Amino acid sequence: MAIVDSIASLGQACIRFVLGLGNFAILLAKILMRTGAIWRRPRLIGAQVHFLGNHSLAIILVAGLFVGLVLGLQGYYTLRRYGSEQALGLLVALALVRELGPVIAALLFAGRAGTSLTAEIGLMKAGEQLAALETMAVDPVARVLGPRFYGGLIVVPLLATLFSAVGILGGWLVGVVLIGVDPGAFWSQMSGGVDFWDDVVNGVIKSVVFGIAVTQIALMQGYGAQPTPEGVARATTLTVVVGSLAVLGLDFVLTALMFGEL
Amino acid sequence: MPSDDPVAVQQKAAVAPDAPGASPVVAFRRLSFGYGDRQIIDGVSFEIRSGQVVALMGGSGVGKTTLLRLISGLVAPQQGTVEVFGKPLDSTHQTRLYEARRRMGLLFQFGALFTDLTCFENVAFPIREHTNLSESMIRDLVLLKLECVGLRGAAELKPSEISGGMARRVALARAIALDPELILYDEPFAGLDPISLGVTANLIRGLNNALGATSVVVTHDVAETFAIADRIFVFAPSPTGAKLAAQGTPEELRMSEDPFVRQFLDGRMDGPVRFHYPAPPIGQAFGLGGP
Amino acid sequence: MQARNLNLAVGAFVLLGLLALLFMALQVSNLGARSASNTYELKAYFDNIGGLKPRAAVRSAGVVVGRVRQIQFDDQQYQALVLLDMDARYQFPKDTSAKILTSGLLGDNYVGLEPGGDTEMLKAADRIRMTQSAVVLENLISQFLYNKATEPSAPGGGSRK
Repeated sequence: MAIVDSIASLGQACIRFVLGLGNFAILLAKILMRTGAIWRRPRLIGAQVHFLGNHSLAIILVAGLFVGLVLGLQGYYTLRRYGSEQALGLLVALALVRELGPVIAALLFAGRAGTSLTAEIGLMKAGEQLAALETMAVDPVARVLGPRFYGGLIVVPLLATLFSAVGILGGWLVGVVLIGVDPGAFWSQMSGGVDFWDDVVNGVIKSVVFGIAVTQIALMQGYGAQPTPEGVARATTLTVVVGSLAVLGLDFVLTALMFGEL
Repeated sequence: MPSDDPVAVQQKAAVAPDAPGASPVVAFRRLSFGYGDRQIIDGVSFEIRSGQVVALMGGSGVGKTTLLRLISGLVAPQQGTVEVFGKPLDSTHQTRLYEARRRMGLLFQFGALFTDLTCFENVAFPIREHTNLSESMIRDLVLLKLECVGLRGAAELKPSEISGGMARRVALARAIALDPELILYDEPFAGLDPISLGVTANLIRGLNNALGATSVVVTHDVAETFAIADRIFVFAPSPTGAKLAAQGTPEELRMSEDPFVRQFLDGRMDGPVRFHYPAPPIGQAFGLGGP
Repeated sequence: MQARNLNLAVGAFVLLGLLALLFMALQVSNLGARSASNTYELKAYFDNIGGLKPRAAVRSAGVVVGRVRQIQFDDQQYQALVLLDMDARYQFPKDTSAKILTSGLLGDNYVGLEPGGDTEMLKAADRIRMTQSAVVLENLISQFLYNKATEPSAPGGGSRK
């Protein structure tokens, strides 16, 4: 009997997953269909860029610096074994630009900005503000969700790029300034080995995809939250968990697609 | 406009009889509604005529708020139709639904003000969304609406800085910002002190007369409602959902013989609405012999 | 006033992000080093390109004078056809030879050009006649073993002159 129960709950979990995927797609489609109406009010989008981006700057820059410092350190110790310390710049840059920048920035965004989005919308729902908008013949998807979606879409790639840039500077700080790797080799090996289109642009594309995923998940959780304190708390937790897993899963798919043939 | 004496109730304007053949502002036709297998409303039919203050009354949880949500299209019926302004409400067709909603104002039970905006911005919101008026015109309109509810002085405060009763009044100013033809009130008297009760009752009646609108008030407050309403619909619970138990003018209902209406109006402990929640016989609970 | 501060902050944020992107483009990646204009194309056929990849360097005397644009397979001659984008500033004689070399011991492959002595220069779409394929390790080993096998058996004996 217990086996049947566990199979049943597994089936339930699968059904819930597909349901969630469906909700995700439908809400995303609704927002995309109202793009014109949303962009007619750029001030709302600007306010969201400020809320999501400017307020995340501190954590992104600090985290980027630390990751760059560690990369520089660990990278140096590892490369020294093969006599390739000159390639430190290349190692740090590729690791950040291709993977760590987009992924970690998206994870930090999910934790910091994603949860704020979910909580804000969930509480608006609990306070009947979304229903009030509906009764005033204002579409809450266009007015509340839309600007936040495009705000996140703009912010995440910028944050990822900043993360990578600061990380590279951190690697330079450790490698060149502290340890003494030749700065010429550091930068020339880097610029020789990092291709703008294959590496930098692909990294940006990754962060755009992550931005869409994380922002949309945060909006979806908030919009569909139970209008109670427990419901909002659960929704914010799901935003972080589901958002993070989505980023990591998408990262694998995108890496395979983009860097597979190299 | 509210009279100078805040406690006296507004005189009911003589209700002009509707022109023959005029369609009602709101009509429920054999409407049933429920969530899943829980039936909330069972086959209800009634009409609301224009220009009146109408009350929908009944016990807590009977489904009165659901009736308001059906009128504003926030939920859709399983069976039957809701007609608003003479046309059936189609909640799947967003444009037509929004057209109907632009002629309505809904006052939520706790106001539902936008907490990140000031009172002024809250009232200005529907004006900004639906009109192209200049900032100075909007300012004049907003201050006028706030003056109607007596809160022009609180225009620059945020909802977190005013009391709950005041927040509800600001929400009322927001609901009438575009001079709606139909104003819906969800439990406007709940939890108010006697002064606020009088103020609110005056506002509902006064605004209805001044705007030439129709007001639908969902409430279970007998005293205030009977003073201002032209027509009252009483809903009683049943195992298959709420049913319309009685309707009429306040005078007619005061003299009604219907057992539920009598229990409701007189506040009797027991009647069609049982005092005891269904339970096995008390002898069983205390281990005594059977009844 | 508050709106203006907001716009300022948002603008600053976006500007910061774009500057980071610019930094990545110019300092970090190879975009700055590349001159997209002023190139002419040369062709070279190789029996084996080894690990040569598109966008690999073309060097002469160690200096980068061009990039590998494309690598194709010619199924008429059953050879690899490598298309090179050469920097227009540098002209090479018609008898220049192209070799596929490895940078460092374990590095990437690149195309090394050794100029000949011809007075006529290679023009756009010309073909480099003399090419040497990449060194393939298996061939090297078998060549070494073959040489070892055909060596005279004793170092000093066998030839009395």
